Amino acid sequence: MEVIVREVCKSYSGRQVLDRVSFTAGPGVTCLMAPSGAGKTTLLRILLGLERADSGRVLGLEGRRLSAVFQEDRLLEHLNARENLRFVLGGAYDEDAARTLLEALGLASAGDAPVSTWSGGMKRRLSLARALSAPWDLLALDEPFTGLDGENRARAIACIRQAAVGPVLLVTHDLADAADLSAKIVRL
Amino acid sequence: MAMVAVWPHGDLLLASPLSALARLWELARTAAFWLTVGRSAGRILGGFLFACTAAVLLAILAAWRQWIRELLAPLVAVIKTVPVVSFIILALVWLDAESLAFFISALMVFPPVYLNVLEGVGQADRRLLEMARVFRVPFRRTLWGIWLPQVLPYLRSALSLSLGLCWKAGIAAEVIGLPAGTIGERLYTAKVYFQTPDLFAWTAVIAAVSVVFERLFVRGVDLLARKVGRGWK
Repeated sequence: MEVIVREVCKSYSGRQVLDRVSFTAGPGVTCLMAPSGAGKTTLLRILLGLERADSGRVLGLEGRRLSAVFQEDRLLEHLNARENLRFVLGGAYDEDAARTLLEALGLASAGDAPVSTWSGGMKRRLSLARALSAPWDLLALDEPFTGLDGENRARAIACIRQAAVGPVLLVTHDLADAADLSAKIVRL
Repeated sequence: MAMVAVWPHGDLLLASPLSALARLWELARTAAFWLTVGRSAGRILGGFLFACTAAVLLAILAAWRQWIRELLAPLVAVIKTVPVVSFIILALVWLDAESLAFFISALMVFPPVYLNVLEGVGQADRRLLEMARVFRVPFRRTLWGIWLPQVLPYLRSALSLSLGLCWKAGIAAEVIGLPAGTIGERLYTAKVYFQTPDLFAWTAVIAAVSVVFERLFVRGVDLLARKVGRGWK
């Protein structure tokens, strides 16, 4: 499966955020790199169907399942880890798969504590666990390693590498992230 | 106050707690007392439940469409500003005495419930709703996971406030409209015949019933909130 972005433009209040952005993302990780404020998150929001481009086209996403790590964690703070996964997965929730993924991301010790009591790094990893456990045709990751220490970043990278059979769009500032995920780099 | 109560014929002006309690005990042993309480409670709580349902539904619609919000704003402002007694007298022209308490209590309950739920819906975290949209989470789960945790605290405070309001306004409507066999009618009769112990006994009944229903409804919302807090199953 491929996602093709063609000549996408977007502006807010007269300020051009995306100016004729074009690229193709195939299976594996594609890393979108640009300075802060250059519209990376806006581009992801357009791909996720949360915003409309002013012009240009996005092809290959019709009827496709999307999954994402957002710029913020966007977790249900009153629920625990499993309940957060179950909220997204519904009947497709698999206890064994959830346990395996949470262990791989170093979250097994969190138990049944509500997410509101967790540290920022733990929340970030749960946000990644949710994105990886949902069925997807395109996975969008907006700065997924924010707040992670070296060990947990390595865990997160291992999980993403294992899951990246379809197109994964990674937004990051850090070239090392792209290198560790053997990502194709697209500069905006 | 105690001095007035012990003054010769003081019970006429201010019944002693003992005589009010004795009268309450006397009344509570009659079937007519419970029928009277039931009749008033039925109408007032009927109005309360009707207004709650309408207010929640309209608040959801108003949060969704601005023109509905704008359409309802003057109506809510008028209900909030106009004295309840004006509504009672006006409603007496339109309605029979039996429907008056239902209508007036509904009218008093609508603004606080509508405004609180509207505020709660408006405060729902847009980022979480976007997350649910991207993951295609069905409405039922979004309702339990995102909407209810946000709206329930607002609904709780609205219910607590409006239950007291609807009892006060509903009984005032009964005192003016005098529907047969209601608490309002008993209060009026007590006033006309200077039966001050009756007046106090019925006032205590109104306060007690109002508090009991407030506790019941708030407990219901708390139970729902706890269920929501335990997560979607």
